[in-house]
Amino acid sequence: MNRLNQLFAAKKDNLLSIYYTAGYPAIDTTIDIAEALEKAGADFLEIGFPYSDPVADGPTIQNSSQQALDNGMTLNLLFEQLKDLRKRVSIPILLMGYVNPIVQFGVERFCKMAAEAGVDGVIVPDLPMYEYETLYSGFFKDNNLSNIFLVTPQTSEERIRKIDNLSDSFIYLLSSSSITGGNLSVSNSIEDYYKRVKAMELKNPTIIGFGISNSETFNKACQYANGAIVGSAFVKLLEQDGYMGKISGFVRSIRP
Amino acid sequence: MKYGVNEQGYYGDFGGAYIPEMLYPNVEELRQQYLKIINDADFKAEFDQLLKDYVGRPSPLYHAKRYSEKYGANIFLKREDLNHTGSHKINNAIGQILLAKRLGKKRIIAETGAGQHGVATATVCALMGIECIVYMGEVDMARQAPNVARMKMLGAKVVPAKSGSKTLKDATNEALRDWIGNPVDTHYIIGSVVGPYPYPDMVARFQSIISAETKQQLKEHTGKELPEYVMACVGGGSNAMGMFYHFLDDESVKLVAVEAAGKGVDSGHSAATTFLGKEGVLHGSRTILMQTDDGQVVEPYSVSAGLDYPGIGPQHAHLYKINRAQYVSVTDDEALQAGLLCCQLEGIIPAIESAHALAQLEKMKFKADDNVVVCLSGRGDKDLDTYIKYFNY
Ligand SMILES: Cc1ncc(COP(=O)(O)O)c(C=O)c1O
Repeated sequence: MNRLNQLFAAKKDNLLSIYYTAGYPAIDTTIDIAEALEKAGADFLEIGFPYSDPVADGPTIQNSSQQALDNGMTLNLLFEQLKDLRKRVSIPILLMGYVNPIVQFGVERFCKMAAEAGVDGVIVPDLPMYEYETLYSGFFKDNNLSNIFLVTPQTSEERIRKIDNLSDSFIYLLSSSSITGGNLSVSNSIEDYYKRVKAMELKNPTIIGFGISNSETFNKACQYANGAIVGSAFVKLLEQDGYMGKISGFVRSIRP
Repeated sequence: MKYGVNEQGYYGDFGGAYIPEMLYPNVEELRQQYLKIINDADFKAEFDQLLKDYVGRPSPLYHAKRYSEKYGANIFLKREDLNHTGSHKINNAIGQILLAKRLGKKRIIAETGAGQHGVATATVCALMGIECIVYMGEVDMARQAPNVARMKMLGAKVVPAKSGSKTLKDATNEALRDWIGNPVDTHYIIGSVVGPYPYPDMVARFQSIISAETKQQLKEHTGKELPEYVMACVGGGSNAMGMFYHFLDDESVKLVAVEAAGKGVDSGHSAATTFLGKEGVLHGSRTILMQTDDGQVVEPYSVSAGLDYPGIGPQHAHLYKINRAQYVSVTDDEALQAGLLCCQLEGIIPAIESAHALAQLEKMKFKADDNVVVCLSGRGDKDLDTYIKYFNY
């Protein structure tokens, strides 16, 4: 049981997770922002580590990633910063990023360092299931790290079952097949998809992400899943002057 | 095939399909269908017919007499520059558009560097009456302006890629993002032997016509099917893989792949992937790519837009690692000089990409009776501006 499992055991509805990019807008605010988000009431967090070629991301997160790289963020530096994480933040933390920086860092070493820092899970959109299962799942399990899989409206029922079996904390439901930063649209077919997934009675909780940007889209998502993730909308807030003072207001605007 | 792909999409340590879940259904559909479709008799007949009547294949294998004299061996040029649209890229574009039609796709996207693949894709989309969107780095749009105009004339929409280095890798990122957002009706025609499995294998098969013809033509010229050397330039590696394909299992044939050294491999302005790269993941496959110690992709440089790419296809990474092919590199200056030499010795203006392969001839030590085939992957019309500026014509 890691912190994610404890959270999902205790709380089943309206879970709110926030994504932001480490090293953005300033190099040394990673923990400050996490602390502010916890105080503001976020249930868990996704800390992105930047990559030069983030194919699953829209312009907002692309830009934050590039800025973070320009600021000098690296995985080594991030783990250095995360040494203080558990002194100041107690909610579950996931790291999110692309596979190549992890491969260069060493997947086993990455998992170890993440566990040492008190990280609970990892989201790597371009790490395929086959490679995860055959090469890396042992490193995740040894370090009590959850690997989070994505599901889209096009994912077959058979594959969702497989993902459910490989998952041990939650499943990340994409609101549509899209890159980050779009708008949640609830068309009939998307509603059917949410209902279809719900009817499968998966063993893992589901959290909806991509396109959740305000209380309206958050509430909509929470009708179909255990909670939702806000990414680009929060990264946009970080573009503003005095963003630290605006974090609690932002979180309350999503989920009063 | 000894050097072919395995069931999981790997060539030794390289390959696979490192894609986000959003692309899984598309790529899985292709994986399940591609061999069935391209081995189908109807498909083959239509593909062969178009290659013959529309592309103008077989492309000649030309015995270059003055080159042969100069380099002291029998030098042959495989004239992909004479194909319709001016390069080898059309072979793959024809194959993939026929495949897309059979998959019922209504919309085509592509990335392009030099614009040759973009032009080839725009061409086959016009031919089939299918909507076409081409992503091209903003920097490349400026240096390959005639090809941008050509694509527009052919009815394609050209979308500038404005992220990163604004070249081929960024155009590829944008095309992948488009595909993520259009998962059902769109086929992505990748222009080289890169990307997630099955693309590297599929594109290699469509380009393998180059070596299939060469074997037969060489036999007509020399009485022997097998040359001593086969040479080609490598961006992502599709003309090289097409040129190598049917010689891979003939271990006596030495394969030479020429990368773009840009201003020199140690200059910080280079695209010599095997010299500067390390193993990692780029655009959906495990391969060799230029990257920092932190795993960030390094922006490559070459005067030639078609070779300005930080990776190579996974099969090339494998052939490199096991030493089946030799990977060398040639600078901007060497390539441009070789391009001019080709004009003056053989009356052929080569694409600057292809001129990299020609430049390597200078550095080889041949025996007098060696047969050497160089893939002349494209013509130089698109590069006239660059040549003119460099040589002050
Ligand atoms: C004429 C020509 N040759 C070679 C290349 C490089 O691509 P590849 O390595 O896939 O053959 C290009 C790419 O645009 C090209 O236009």
